[in-house]
Formats: sequence, structure tokens, C-alpha cells
Amino acid sequence: MTDLYQTQRAMRNIRRAAMQRGVIAILDIGSSKVGCLILKFDDAAGGRDMEGVGSMAGQSSFRVIGAATTRSRGVRLGEIAVMNETERAIRTAVQSAQKMANVRVDHVIACFSGAEPRSYGLAGEWDLQDSVVSEQDVARVLAACDVPDIGEGREVLHAQPVNFALDHRSGLGDPRGQIGNRLSCDLHMMTVDASVVQNLIYCLKRCDLELAGMASSAYVSGISSLVEDEQELGAACIDMGGGSTGISVFMKKHMIFSDSVRMGGDHVTSDISKGLQVPLTTAERIKTKFGGVHATGMDDREMIEIGGDSGDWEKDRRQVSRTEVIGIMRPRVEEILEEARARLDAAGFDHLPSQQIVLTGGASQIPGLDGLAARILGQRVRLGRPLRVQGLPQAATGPAFSSAVGLCLFAAHPQDEWWDFDIPAERYPARSLKRAMKWFKDNW
Amino acid sequence: MRPLTAQRPGAANTARPAPLRRDPAPSRTAYRMQRMWLRPWVRAGLRVGLPVLVLALGVGIYLSDQPRRDALNAMYTDLTETVKNRPEFMVNLLAIDGASPDLDAAVRTALALPLPQSSLDLDLDAAHAKIAQLQAVASADVRVQSGGILQVTITEREPAFVWRNAAGVWLVDDTGTRIAEVEARGDRADLPLIAGEGADTAIAEARAILTSAGPLLPRLRGLVRMGDRRWDIVLDREQRIMLPSVDPVAALERLIALDQAQEVLARDLASVDLRLQARPALRLAPYSLAEMRRLRGIIPAESDL
Repeated sequence: MTDLYQTQRAMRNIRRAAMQRGVIAILDIGSSKVGCLILKFDDAAGGRDMEGVGSMAGQSSFRVIGAATTRSRGVRLGEIAVMNETERAIRTAVQSAQKMANVRVDHVIACFSGAEPRSYGLAGEWDLQDSVVSEQDVARVLAACDVPDIGEGREVLHAQPVNFALDHRSGLGDPRGQIGNRLSCDLHMMTVDASVVQNLIYCLKRCDLELAGMASSAYVSGISSLVEDEQELGAACIDMGGGSTGISVFMKKHMIFSDSVRMGGDHVTSDISKGLQVPLTTAERIKTKFGGVHATGMDDREMIEIGGDSGDWEKDRRQVSRTEVIGIMRPRVEEILEEARARLDAAGFDHLPSQQIVLTGGASQIPGLDGLAARILGQRVRLGRPLRVQGLPQAATGPAFSSAVGLCLFAAHPQDEWWDFDIPAERYPARSLKRAMKWFKDNW
Repeated sequence: MRPLTAQRPGAANTARPAPLRRDPAPSRTAYRMQRMWLRPWVRAGLRVGLPVLVLALGVGIYLSDQPRRDALNAMYTDLTETVKNRPEFMVNLLAIDGASPDLDAAVRTALALPLPQSSLDLDLDAAHAKIAQLQAVASADVRVQSGGILQVTITEREPAFVWRNAAGVWLVDDTGTRIAEVEARGDRADLPLIAGEGADTAIAEARAILTSAGPLLPRLRGLVRMGDRRWDIVLDREQRIMLPSVDPVAALERLIALDQAQEVLARDLASVDLRLQARPALRLAPYSLAEMRRLRGIIPAESDL
């Protein structure tokens, strides 16, 4: 864990360097598409030193100058399965985005949906030495969180302090400078499979790109598709991607829970392919063109030529009604939604004050999905589209791009993570020069 | 040949799945090349540096051959000669204005221009410097006029004094600059004579003394600078008026007033010493001195010394 902790710190420094250069790339590695956006930051500082919320909710500090998307290859269930193929897909996306932007990018922030995210809620307490909370105290209370056994071969992807409490006052965003005796904090930690992260790092290295940050796509699509009051009051974002469906629960503008269902649009496609005995590409075309989840009488009469290339007349001239296609798709979509419901129930989503659920991602474009989802997930379901950001092409404003757009916002305004805070002085190795420096800095 | 399968409207064409497109992914090399190309300095180097390099290389190779260089030089020289030697640029005549015949000849000798000559070859500044070096020239103006004339307009220095010194007899102007040597003082009897070391540096004072010496002018022989400090006025009959170094004009005016009242200078004096303002002194000529003593009954002691 210390290894990734150091990696994350290094990535944060790289991100800062990239901000100073003003150009950074966003890479959304999904199971069905690889998208690359190139952001240009207007001010070198990245707009972080602005007081309060800036114009356009602080998004005017960057604009998208290059965007490209390509069919994903070698990614299954949101994880890199074939390194070479994925590398080629990333190269394609990055190259065409660079061509559009006419700049070279070296730093990239990536997100992925797979790797079996698990989230943990951590709590820590610290008795303040003097009654004023200092930065060191924040670092110490974060260090005091007892980390559960996250299992072999897993790494921490996100570790965000979501709440600070001082004595009996809870809900403090920034406790520094406040007066009290006992500081406690809640930390949301999200762990993923280490091998997936290693593969991603290796893959980007082979593309001559430097990784400046990583995020879970469930988290970043929540950032982009939940509106501000939903994030504040509590809402769940279900990002229905190609290979996996990410779930993130937001409360008080922090992600407090995240999970993923390892099913997505690709499974619907493969169901159609199996059910109709057609190739996957045809099945994908039928799904996007004629797909749905509610059959009506009209659909019985709408016949779809599914064709074929076998040379057999009977097989090549087959026709199915749209009802049949819907009949194949609906159980799988229901299964995905029910699975998501189960995950949310397990996380205690029904105890939240607001039960808003937002569906986003490419697979949420199935016609009639909101009606079906309302039956399974509750009445307060809406389809979400990502926030509009400056310079984003029209083609990239659909729900399939919510994680890419969310990653842009994440790049512009990163959430403070555990590794952004100083290491408490006690944690430095004894006799370290750094420790001595730290002591001097803190005491004078 | 007509396809055997029936062509149905609408869906028939779309039924056949499009053949899988070739993978559009760039190769690693192409990817790297494109990223390299996006570096600003690489672009600048290729867009500006490479053409410059090629051009410089080509010119260098062409000029590395000696006969080619010679041919180029010859061509250039030919061209410039042709242009220079056009009649429009030729100077055929040297015209000198405002100079006495002697000076005219001196200027022509100093310039020593081989005419006709192209005006593009003429160095007017050098010619002007040569003319200005002549002492008799106060200022000169050299220009090429249309019609192939080199016009030299000269302002001569005006001789104001004749200065006799150890080196000879010179004409000097009002600023003390020597103009020319003359054979004898009699050549320019119209000009006043000055003499003595450093006389040329105190010309202005001499001029002031002469101006105020009005009644003495008929008797004036000249002015002598004494010890580069003060002036003596030399009159005929070997009379001298020794002027002070400070304010000589006032002293002279007092003497003239005295002379007009009592005709001092008409008497047999050797000199009038005005050097001490409070005590002017007269020196009698030897004969008058002896006569005065005799009249007063003073017998001078004869001395062998």
C-alpha cells in the first residue's frame, strides 16, 4: 500500500507539472470505446487558487481542444485483457486527439471501470495537542484511521476524507484553525485489483505517456452527471458501460460508496448474438437501432432483417420482430438493474435522505430504460447526461461520455485525497533529515 | 452478372454486414513520429532550418569552385564598370570659385584629380579634407554639379596683419592663422606689422590697440609682442610705447590724451613706459638727456664703464 501511496504522490506531482504546462490528456479506457480528450488550462495554476466558485462553476479554467474516440479493443469487463490491442486503441485515440488539438501531450489522467472496486468506510480519531487544529493534526487523524485488511493484491485507488468532526460538531469540510479537543474523521477508501492498475500503468508507459492520475470511472461519471444538489443531498449514479456497470453514491459532495456490477451493454449484445444466431457486430447494430425494453403491439409487426453471410437462403433471409429483440434484451437489462439495486441495498442506500438515482453511460440510451429502472430502483430515477464543458464536440456530449467529462472536472478540481496531506512527522523514519526539517518547520 | 439473390428494397443492402475495417491504429513508429512532429522546435527546424541548410549547402557547393568564383567576380566588376563609366556619371571639369589665382593653383595641385573621372569613384569627403588642409582656406564646399562639373567653392582667409618672426614674414588673419609667407614686409604695406613671439595668439588685442591708436597711426611702425605677455607700440624715430599687460587700451588712450594736451610724443623721447599704471615713466633720448642736464647745471661724471 505504501508503494501505491508513493505512486499516487508522484502522480499528483506529475499532474501539477502538467497543469503548469497547461495541456493534459484525459483517457477513458472503457470496454466498448476508448476516448481521449485534450484539455488546455488557461491559467497555469489550473484555477485552484480562485476564491470560492469561479465563473461557470470553475470550469472556465480549461477547455477541450482535442477529442477522439475509437472502438475499444482488448478490454474486457473494464480491465485490460490484451495489452497489445489496448495499446493500439489508446494510440489511435491519443493520436487523433493530438491531431485535432495540434499539440503534443505527455501527461494523461486515466479512468477505468473494472478491477472489482470495493469501498470501505474508515474512521480515525486524534486528541489535539493544542486546542487549534493544524495541518499536522489533519495528517495525524488521517494516519490514525485503522485500515482494514484489504486483501492480497489489492491497492487503494481513492482515499478521500469525507467528513471531519471536532468534539461533537460534525460535517466540517475543513477543520484547520478550528478550536476543539478531539478531531475525528471519516475516510472513504476504495480499493481495486493491483494487477489491473499495473497493467494500465504499463500500457500507458508503452504509449510514451506519463500517468498523472487515476480514477474510478464510477466516481468520475458521478461527478459529471449528478447535478450539484444531488451531490449535496445524496444520490446514486449508475454508469452503465459496455463491460461493467459502475455504482457510486454521493453525499455532501463526496463519494461515500462505490461498487460495480460486472455486466453491461456488451452482455446485452452477446445475448442478442446468441439468441438470434448472428455475429456480434450485427447484434450490436440491431441493439442500437431497434433495441428497447418495452414491447408494444406495433413492435410485433416491425420485422427486422437480420441477414447473414452463410449462403443458405433460409438463414440469410431470416427476419425477427422487434418484440423478439426486446424480449432478449429486457431480462438482461433487468438483471443488471436488479444487481445494482442489490448492491445499493447492501450499502444501505435506502437510509439516505434522498433516493435520487441517475442512470448514465452508453447503455442507458436504451429506449424506455427509465420506465424499467423506475420499477426496479424506485420512483426517483432520471437519465443523466454529462455536464457541458467548454469546447467539447457535440458528438461527445452524450451519456456515453459522462466518465470522460467527469475526468475533465476531476483533473481541473481534484478531490483532496489521503496522499495530498503531509505525512505526520512521527511517520518519517527516525534520524531522517526530512524529519528534522519537518520539526524545524513546525516549531518555527 | 445479375446477383442470384433477390434485391429487396430497404433492408436488403444493410443486411450484409460491412466488412470489418482495417485497424486504424497507427504503428508505434508512426505514433512516435507524429508526436515528434508536434514538438514546436522540430517543426520550426524542418520548416525553416532545413530549407536554409539546403540553400546554404547549394550555394557553398557552387562557390567552392575557383573559376566560378572568378567568373562571378569578373561579372560583377564588369557590371559596375559599365554603370560607372556612363557619360551621365563622368566629371570632366574642376571649377573653383572664390579663390585667388595662387590659391586656385594650390587647390588644383592638392587635389591632383585625374579628370575625366566617374563621379561614383570620386571621394568628395577626402577632396574636401585635402582642400581644408590648405591654410589659406577658411571653408570649402565641394559638390558635383550636373554637366560633369566638380564645383569647389572656397572662402579665403582675409589677411589682417603682417607678422615678422624668426622664420620669416607671414600674413595672418584676424584669428591668428598664418595664411602665406611673403618675400618682404613691403609687399603688403597696407597691412599693419606685428612682431614678436606669440603675437599670433594675441591678435585680437593688437586689433583693439590699433583701433584706439587713431592719432598715432601716421607715426606707427608696428606692434611688438614682448615676452608673449604685453604689447609695445613702435613709432618712428625709434620711439616705443610700453603698454601694460592688463588693459592696454585704456593706458594707450590716456597717453593719447596727454599727447594731445602737451604733445608729449613730439618731444625727443626714447620711450614711454606705461607698464605701471600709477607711475608712467618717460625716458629721454641720450642727446636730450645730456642737454637737459647741461641746462640744469648738472655735470655728469664721466665713466669708462
